[in-house]
Amino acid sequence: MNHFPEAWGRPRNDVYGAYDHSYLQTLGPKAHTSSPAVTGTSVVGVKFNGGVALATDNLASYGSLARFSDVKRLRSFGDKAMVGFGGDVSDMQYLDRLLESMDIKENYSTHGNMLNAKNLHTYLAKVFYKRRSEFNPLWNHVLVAGFDGEGEPFLSSADLLGTTFSAPHLATGFGAHLAVPILRRKFPEDTPLEEVSQEDAVAALKECLKVLFYRDARSLDKYSIAVITKDGIDLKEDEQIQGQSWAFAERIKGYGAQTV
Amino acid sequence: MVSELHASLTSIGTGYDLSNSVFSPDGRNFQVEYAVKAVENGGTAVGIRCKDGVVLAVEKIITSKLLKPGANKRIATVDRHVGIVSAGLVPDGRHFVSRARDEASSWRGVYKGPIPTLALANRLGGYVQAYTLYSSVRPFGVTAIVGGWDTEAELAVDGQVGSGPESGSGGKVPGAKAGGPGLYMIEPSGLYWGYYGAATGKGRQAAKAELEKLDLTSGNLSLADGVKEAARIIYVAHEDSKDKEFELEMTWISSVDGPTKGRHEEVPKELLEEAEKAARRALEGDDEEEEDKGQGEQMEE
Repeated sequence: MNHFPEAWGRPRNDVYGAYDHSYLQTLGPKAHTSSPAVTGTSVVGVKFNGGVALATDNLASYGSLARFSDVKRLRSFGDKAMVGFGGDVSDMQYLDRLLESMDIKENYSTHGNMLNAKNLHTYLAKVFYKRRSEFNPLWNHVLVAGFDGEGEPFLSSADLLGTTFSAPHLATGFGAHLAVPILRRKFPEDTPLEEVSQEDAVAALKECLKVLFYRDARSLDKYSIAVITKDGIDLKEDEQIQGQSWAFAERIKGYGAQTV
Repeated sequence: MVSELHASLTSIGTGYDLSNSVFSPDGRNFQVEYAVKAVENGGTAVGIRCKDGVVLAVEKIITSKLLKPGANKRIATVDRHVGIVSAGLVPDGRHFVSRARDEASSWRGVYKGPIPTLALANRLGGYVQAYTLYSSVRPFGVTAIVGGWDTEAELAVDGQVGSGPESGSGGKVPGAKAGGPGLYMIEPSGLYWGYYGAATGKGRQAAKAELEKLDLTSGNLSLADGVKEAARIIYVAHEDSKDKEFELEMTWISSVDGPTKGRHEEVPKELLEEAEKAARRALEGDDEEEEDKGQGEQMEE
């Protein structure tokens, strides 16, 4: 037996092999976050006549473990803008606090908080870009929804690299692959915004969330949905995906204990 | 001998008032007392702690007709739930507010929630007191009234994402009541007390006399009535400097289910005008009464 204290409590070298010191080494270049830890999946958003609708599910995953199932990933800013967060949850919390302090400071002026969703999106994209340029990124992909300076509905995305993208309907993460095609079919290119009703937009979001729950293994059937109009934000944070049918699941083969 | 005694009483010529932080032999700090004098010339400011909120009001003397009416606010917001009004040197008041905002922000940085009004008053008291200790600085030329509403609702931690487990150890005391109105007044010495009603500035004596009549200690005054009383008290306090025109600035903080939802906001224009109208009417009523008395019998005093 090895009686030296540094070996106490360690797996035995003769059984498990020598400890691999390449893990957690202190030599080499400084490394910041190089992968997210606790994550949220897709965010989906659709512009409609007079506003924007935004939805996420309520799950935070730790790798493939469904760790937290009551996570609120839609965050309001002021009374007419919302941010939907995908990606790292702790970075989301950091950004939420950052935006909270910004809202408080904005309200110190006589006119109150005048920052609209477009301003907010520009700011967030610049924060992301600054942090990626420091090789210390905030690991998120966000959708910002609300109104621009002209009072028109606004929807735009910003990611961990500071990349920005705008469209009448957007989705992040898995949703970029699965939800966007659905939304493009429902609202073809060049559809005037006036022809998209609030009900259509909300229904489309719900369908996207259902498809995402079917196919995205890091998703949940509990979700939050926000409808932003001139009257304010209508945020529901404890919704359930309705009308699921798993009949197709029987025909899926090649998983788990199946041998065929 | 007589002249020497006189000099020591007024502190002039003794040398004990020339530097900050120096005590006179009879235990006074003259620079702090001079700062109080600066406050006594400022426009009257009052704060009333009501059962469902706090009102702050200030008499803004119009120093020039070229100033835009309604601009140059004298009551400032700190975080979302605290208001600060001060009497005395306006720039000192601005710096005081700036420090209060920094304190509120740093509190959020540590505790992820809004600073309680008492904690803010405590930190500001400490800050002001530090300015009585060094010869390189002078004391604050303001007395500030800090009013706030600490939320009685269960508050999420900043950035909180979920609500945690529904069962298991939580550490919550069932039925425990938290929050409520807070009103504190901080003087140039750094001294601060909590008040039911606070007044400072030129008309403080008249204002205090009016506040004492309100029976604030019983905690029955509603915020809506508090607004009316605050306006009236500023008008009463202005009686002694009637030759100068003034503007009334008034803000309030209600409970979470009240009109401001726990936020510090300006009293809405219609309500302010209504309160001012009532204040003027009350003053006119008093004048008439006095005139009647004067005609009927000899007035007292």
